[in-house]
Amino acid sequence: MAPRVTIVGASLAGLRSAEAVRALLPDARITLIGDEPHAPYNRPPLSKDVAEQLAGADAETQQAALAKLTFKHRLPDAGLDWRLGVKATGFDADARSVRLSDGGRIAHDWLIAASGLRPRRLPFAGAEARRHVLRSFDDAARLGAQLVPGARMLVVGAGFIGCEIAATAAHLGLSVTVIEPQAAPMLAALGPDVAQAMASFHRARGIDLRCGLTVTGLSDANGVTLTLSDGSTVTGDLLVEAVGSLPNTEWLTDPALDLSNGVLTDATLTAPGNPRLLAVGDLARFPNPLFGPAPRRVEHWCVPGQTAKRAAETIAARAAGHDPAPTFAPMPSFWSDQHGMRLQSFGAPALADAIRIAEGRLDRLGQEPCLVEYLQGGRLIGLLGLGLSPAHLTRHRPRLDAALNETVAA
Amino acid sequence: MKVHVDMSICLLHGQCVIAAPEVFSFDDDGGLVWVKEIGEDLRADTEAAADACPEQAIVLEG
Repeated sequence: MAPRVTIVGASLAGLRSAEAVRALLPDARITLIGDEPHAPYNRPPLSKDVAEQLAGADAETQQAALAKLTFKHRLPDAGLDWRLGVKATGFDADARSVRLSDGGRIAHDWLIAASGLRPRRLPFAGAEARRHVLRSFDDAARLGAQLVPGARMLVVGAGFIGCEIAATAAHLGLSVTVIEPQAAPMLAALGPDVAQAMASFHRARGIDLRCGLTVTGLSDANGVTLTLSDGSTVTGDLLVEAVGSLPNTEWLTDPALDLSNGVLTDATLTAPGNPRLLAVGDLARFPNPLFGPAPRRVEHWCVPGQTAKRAAETIAARAAGHDPAPTFAPMPSFWSDQHGMRLQSFGAPALADAIRIAEGRLDRLGQEPCLVEYLQGGRLIGLLGLGLSPAHLTRHRPRLDAALNETVAA
Repeated sequence: MKVHVDMSICLLHGQCVIAAPEVFSFDDDGGLVWVKEIGEDLRADTEAAADACPEQAIVLEG
C-alpha cells in the first residue's frame, strides 16, 4: 500500500520534505499541514532587503513582495493534500494520527515534524501595538508599517535578526538603539574577537549599541520605554524583540519523546522512542559527525534542505525494509547582510576555541575584505568571510572539507 | 533542461557553485557564469543547486 506521510510544518523544511519524499516514493500520499495561511515562502529576506521593501508599503506592494518570496516548487497536486491555515494540536502515537485545530484527525505511516520555531517574547505586558517580532511574513508586514524615517526604533537582542533589522532600519533613516545582554553582538556565533569588531562596525554606522544590559521593565510612556539593568531608561516609537526562539513542540504530546530542546533524533533523524517520527529543520536536534557526537539544533537556512532529504531517505529505506545509510554529515553554512556587508560562513565557527585572521583586518571591516579561520584544538573547523567575495571564499572551502572529513574518518 | 538565473535577485552567495560545480562557476571577476542547457546526468545536481540558492534565483525548465 502507498505509504501515508504527514508533514507538520509548511515552511522550507516541510516543503523540501514533501519534495524529497515524493522523489523517492512517488506513490506516497502526503499531507502538508501549516499554521500560516500562506504557501511556503523564503524567510531570510524579511529582515534584510524585503524589510526595506515593506517599509510603508501598501497592500499591493506587500502582495508583490510575498509573491516573490513564495517558493517555486516541484510538487504535483496529485497525492498531495495541502492543509494551510490549520495547526496541529496533538498527536496519538499508538493510533499514528495527528489532531488538527479544525477538529480533524489525519492518520499516517510516517510523521515528519517540521513545525520550526516561534520568537521568544520579553516577559512584560504593555505597549503591544508598538512591539514586534520578526519570523513570519505577517510579522514583517506589520513591522514595515512602522518603519518610518525619523522614528526611534529599539531592538532587544543583537543576534543575526536583531543586527540585520537594526542595520536595515538605520539605512531607512530611523534612529536605532540595540540592547544586548552579552558583551558583544552575535557573540555565540562569531566568537569574542569578531563579535567585538562587529560592535565597532555597527557603532561606526550610527547604531547605538548597548551591550551587557538586560531589560528589567517596560512601559508605554512616550511610546515604549524600557528600563535596563543599570537603572537607565531608553524610549522608542517601536520595539523589535529579537531575543531568540522557542521550538514548536507542544503538539508532540508523547511522553516517550525527548523534547528538551527541539526534538532529539538519531543520525537517521528518527526520534528515539518513536520509530515512525522524524524531525527536520530548526526543530531537529541531531548529531553531526563533522563536529563530534553531541546532538545539536542548528538554526541555519541550509539545514531544512539537508535534513529533509535525509528524512526522506530514511523513510524510503525503512519502507523498503533496509537500513538507512549510517552517516549523515551535512556541512553547515550561514550568511547575513549588515550595512551592505556580507558575512558568509562554512563549518561551525561557534565551536571554535581560537581564530586566525587569514586576510584583512578586523579593525577595517566594511572597508576591506576579511577572512577568518576558526580553529578547534588547532584544527580548522570553520571559515567566515566578512565583505569577502563569495568566489574568493569558495576557493577555501575544499581545505575545510578536508579538515572536517579527517574527523569523520578518524 | 534549461538553466536560467535571475540576476536581478542573485546575491552571489555561491551555494550553487558548491552544489553543482559542473554547471555554475565564478569567472575571474567574481561574477556568476553557468551552463545554459544541461543533460540528464546533471539534473540532480542542478536541482540541488536551485534548492540551495538562498535567494531562489535559479529557474529550471524542462
